[in-house]
Amino acid sequence: MEVIAKRPETLTKTPFTYCPGCLHGVAHRLIAEAIDEHGLINSMAGVAPVGCSVFAYKFFNFDMAEAAHGRAPAVATGMKRARPDMHVFTYQGDGDLAAIGTAEIVHAANRGEHISVFFVNNAIYGMTGGQMAPTTLPEMKTTTSPYGRNVDDIGHPIRVCELLATLVAPYYIERVSLLSPAEIIKAKKAVDKAIRYNKEGRGFTFIEFVSTCPTNWGIDPVKSRDWARENMLPFFKPGVFRDKGEGVE
Amino acid sequence: MKGNEAVAEAAIRSGCRHYFAYPITPQSELIEYMAKMMPKVGGTFLQAESEVAAINMVYGAAGAGKRVMTSSSSPGISLKMEGISYIAGAELPAVLVNVQRGGPGLGDIQPAQGDYFQATKGGGHGDYRLIVLAPSSVQEFADMASEAFDLADKYRNPVMILADGMLGQMMEPVEFREAKTQAEIDALGKQHNSWCICPNEDGDRKHHHEINSLEIDPAMLEKHVEKLYEKYAVIEKNEIQYDTYNLSDANEVLCVAWGTASRVVKSAINELTAAGKSVGLIRPITCWPYPYEAVAAAIGPKVKEVYVFELNTGQMLDDVKIAVNGKVPVKFWGKVGGIVFTPAEIQAKLEACFDKE
Repeated sequence: MEVIAKRPETLTKTPFTYCPGCLHGVAHRLIAEAIDEHGLINSMAGVAPVGCSVFAYKFFNFDMAEAAHGRAPAVATGMKRARPDMHVFTYQGDGDLAAIGTAEIVHAANRGEHISVFFVNNAIYGMTGGQMAPTTLPEMKTTTSPYGRNVDDIGHPIRVCELLATLVAPYYIERVSLLSPAEIIKAKKAVDKAIRYNKEGRGFTFIEFVSTCPTNWGIDPVKSRDWARENMLPFFKPGVFRDKGEGVE
Repeated sequence: MKGNEAVAEAAIRSGCRHYFAYPITPQSELIEYMAKMMPKVGGTFLQAESEVAAINMVYGAAGAGKRVMTSSSSPGISLKMEGISYIAGAELPAVLVNVQRGGPGLGDIQPAQGDYFQATKGGGHGDYRLIVLAPSSVQEFADMASEAFDLADKYRNPVMILADGMLGQMMEPVEFREAKTQAEIDALGKQHNSWCICPNEDGDRKHHHEINSLEIDPAMLEKHVEKLYEKYAVIEKNEIQYDTYNLSDANEVLCVAWGTASRVVKSAINELTAAGKSVGLIRPITCWPYPYEAVAAAIGPKVKEVYVFELNTGQMLDDVKIAVNGKVPVKFWGKVGGIVFTPAEIQAKLEACFDKE
């Protein structure tokens, strides 16, 4: 019998701890498939963040480090510098990467660290129960913006890909979305490219996934995707911001 | 050679090939020495964007099983404390150098010993211990580099060398006692492969190593912390170091001082000895584990007072009181603000102990 779908070798058998309808599982799987396909299971190492994906170190079936909140790019820097023969990535959410860890991501990108960063943006803090994120949309209600995000008071959401694209060093920056099978297939290609560039030692690669949080948005999983399409994608526009391998500067 | 340069050179000779730090006075010669020398030995020098990033780079490199060091001075060490707690929790070997300056806050840039509490009693969050080595000369500062790496590797625990601006800036002759060969350094780089982040060399994935301080299950965390404390008990049993000076049954006063302060006390003791007054000194070399029993045992039959001298407001004093346990009175005198007391000042304080008779 032909096997047409199976668990990637680079995912452990530990069941995911994510909420029903959460897209972290999809993002994990895309990364694991790409690592499998590039034959990197023996040389891959990842860094998990603080946030919903804090247990990512249990889910990926290779060496993993769990970082302090926001510090994954610094930890990955130390790991990659100590083990240049390994391929290193971080997996981070919006609070981890774009609030508390802003300095670490900007400077790791600016140094052109030879790591991949996978950034999941769902515009809210999930693990701590739905607080405002640096990517929370204007007027969006969260537990710490109960009257809606007031941009005059707390500023506008941060577009991380655009921010990092102002730097010279990054090799590849792309924003994708995970809101439909077609978008997931597109995202898979981006992840595959990031892992390939990582394998080839090209430099710093960054993929942002526009995702959802049905639990903390209080919207069911299917409608969450519609909500993200209508509200997030116009602000966080998918696209390639940098791809030195394809001449996109 | 300046202490800051000597400890950097000694670290390189001990097989340290990874160094991450952020500039701060009075330790800047250390980071500058590393910037100059690491490329020459094929090592990694990286000036991080902050102390916070630097200590997390240390976490990454230590997690990858390599000898790694960072250095800073007091305000920068405060920033590193979060990462130090994670390093201790994840049981990673790493060496940290604190070239202390005056505090609190931004303080000043002169020598001080105000970080004793931070180094020995916590600093970061949670139940953990740092091994803390306190040098009192440039030679000892340098020697402690290789010792610190050996202890860190032996116990999988962070080790701090607690120096100060005086030791960092002062120039003294140094003899480097160690120079590891490339083969030895390569072997060191593999010593932690049973648990660290490392490639699977036989090409058939067998391991899933986790570098982590998270234990979400309270029962598991309790076990983890108990295991840490069993390790700390072994360190307390095996690794206590101290030095004594002019210790004898004739001593009428016993001084306790560490680091730079102990040098000044030694000079004062020489003057008093010449004047026929017997004063002894015990100098903790490990501030943690602390030589409680040795301090108690150093109290001679004629000692009427134990005198603690520090460049702070009395931080080691608490440990001395625990050691003395009420046996004789414990006095304290210190200077703060980055001002180092003079031998004459210490001599006057000690003479007053004799005048009372």
